[in-house]
Amino acid sequence: MAAFLPRRVAPLAGVLLGALAVSVLCGVALGPVSVPLGDVLRYLRAAITSGVIDNTEAGTYHIVWEIRLPRVLLAAVVGAGLSVVGVVVQTMVRNALADPFVLGLSSGASVGAASVVVFGAFASLGLFAISAAASLGALAAMALVYLAARTAAGLTPLRLVLTGSAMGYAFAAVTTVVIFLAPHGEAARAVLFWLLGGLGAATWTALPLASIVVLAGLAYLRLIARSLNALSTGDETARTLGVDPDVLRRRLFVVSSVLTGALVAVSGAVGFVGLVVPHLVRMVVGADHRRVLTVAPLAGAVFLIWADLAARTIVAPQELPLGVITAAVGVPCFVFLMRSRAYVFGGR
Amino acid sequence: MDVELDGVTVGTIVSDLSLRAEAGTVVGLVGPNGSGKTTTLRCVYRALRPSGGAVRLGGEPLASMSTRDSARVLAAVTQDSELDFDFTVREVVAMARLPHQSAFDRESLRDKEICAEALRRVDAGHLAERGVLSLSGGERQRVLIARALAQRPRVLVLDEPTNHLDIGHQHEVLSLVASTGLTVLTVLHDLNLAAAYCDQVHVLSDGRITASGPPSEVFTPELVGEVFGVRAHLVPHPVSGVPQLLYDRRPRQEEIP
Repeated sequence: MAAFLPRRVAPLAGVLLGALAVSVLCGVALGPVSVPLGDVLRYLRAAITSGVIDNTEAGTYHIVWEIRLPRVLLAAVVGAGLSVVGVVVQTMVRNALADPFVLGLSSGASVGAASVVVFGAFASLGLFAISAAASLGALAAMALVYLAARTAAGLTPLRLVLTGSAMGYAFAAVTTVVIFLAPHGEAARAVLFWLLGGLGAATWTALPLASIVVLAGLAYLRLIARSLNALSTGDETARTLGVDPDVLRRRLFVVSSVLTGALVAVSGAVGFVGLVVPHLVRMVVGADHRRVLTVAPLAGAVFLIWADLAARTIVAPQELPLGVITAAVGVPCFVFLMRSRAYVFGGR
Repeated sequence: MDVELDGVTVGTIVSDLSLRAEAGTVVGLVGPNGSGKTTTLRCVYRALRPSGGAVRLGGEPLASMSTRDSARVLAAVTQDSELDFDFTVREVVAMARLPHQSAFDRESLRDKEICAEALRRVDAGHLAERGVLSLSGGERQRVLIARALAQRPRVLVLDEPTNHLDIGHQHEVLSLVASTGLTVLTVLHDLNLAAAYCDQVHVLSDGRITASGPPSEVFTPELVGEVFGVRAHLVPHPVSGVPQLLYDRRPRQEEIP
């Protein structure tokens, strides 16, 4: 892989990988109950090598292995995935202020997932009910936005953004109706919490599907990174460089819907990661998608691990929705970026 | 490779337009604003699909070629090259190699050499590490021409390539594209530049060709008066002898009785 990377990015990626490892350990060690780092390492080694743990430590072992580690790993996967979706969506609509929310994808996924929580739709799918419903919701949203935004001239960025935002409101309204129709208050509360995002329900079983979808999506996008570069210079230019912008944009639409669906299913609708992380990464490594798509997922993973750590410690033993933390960091970042004159990407 | 437009029609903007650019010649499209020059050109670089007629590259209909195949033989510098993302100049030029690479290819040494050479040819080698958003209009235009050259095409399509360029770079760019030996199809506003660098010119008016031929035959005071509505005089260039146009200024508004 290293030879595949443009040179400048390799050291940065290395540093971020190190930061990711440290973040995972901190994320597991810290929390309402802090576990010494040495113990964490010992438990992890024991879990992996089927070692023996003293009976008195069974409680902390359970916290480390069954509760915190899957949660921290899921935070990393979701952070990486959301950042990648953010990069794709921004390139697709050539708009710096775009993220999965702008295209209505997150809202669509929310409708699907809320229906499962409230009405028990897709109950026969068991564990995968929410994943399936959220992905279906995102895909349905995609289809609606696509059909509404499409013209004879293809999918233009501005139409996509406008249609996506409008549809996003419509989906949010549907979700609200679903909550109103909730048979009991507990379900409504669950949906509300879930709409703001959170990893409280993370288990080992949620990890594989989300990881596979994110890795596969990332691998595909990394492969077509140069076509993404061409697309970001405008449709006419992309075409003269041999990239059909309409075909590529359709593919990106599908990839971002599937990714969004898979992520919303495990974490709820966590905002601002997909908006802010790609920006910051572009400021550091430039616009070339080969570099952006290498650094953004690592940065997003680290960011969300710490955001989730904040969410579960600030008002412990209560837990803040993850979306509250990302918004608290994201909104000031967003305003700063928007007003920053030095950073002219898409800015007019 | 020759370029042939055969009865190209785009709505009411371009009607039944036919022309042929022989291999290795520089062919200019001139005409007033709104006469359909850019629309015609967009059909050639595939931003538009003509509603009637056909464009052929080396005899092969463009419509039957894949986007990638045509990108290997035809490069374009367009008017609305949006560059919102802050790529470096080197990255922008490197995009030219895209149609020649498969998804699994890395940028080869040869690709890099081709790009560096293209930048040198437009006198922009020193800009390689600059961000495109920080370039002046003229520098940007030269970088875009470098990208077109790095595509190693056989046909070059240019939409007002001298826009934003000072007089020195105007001549530099046009003599450069004329010396490439490529088939060049270019929209030009400046008739004297067209006269100096084009082998053939086609004058467009209301989406139709009103005159075609070598510039020395086409650019007459009568035609310029008729198509552009200015009075012109033909004066041979004191050194090259190429006919140049001098225009009369319009009377001031208050001088009109």
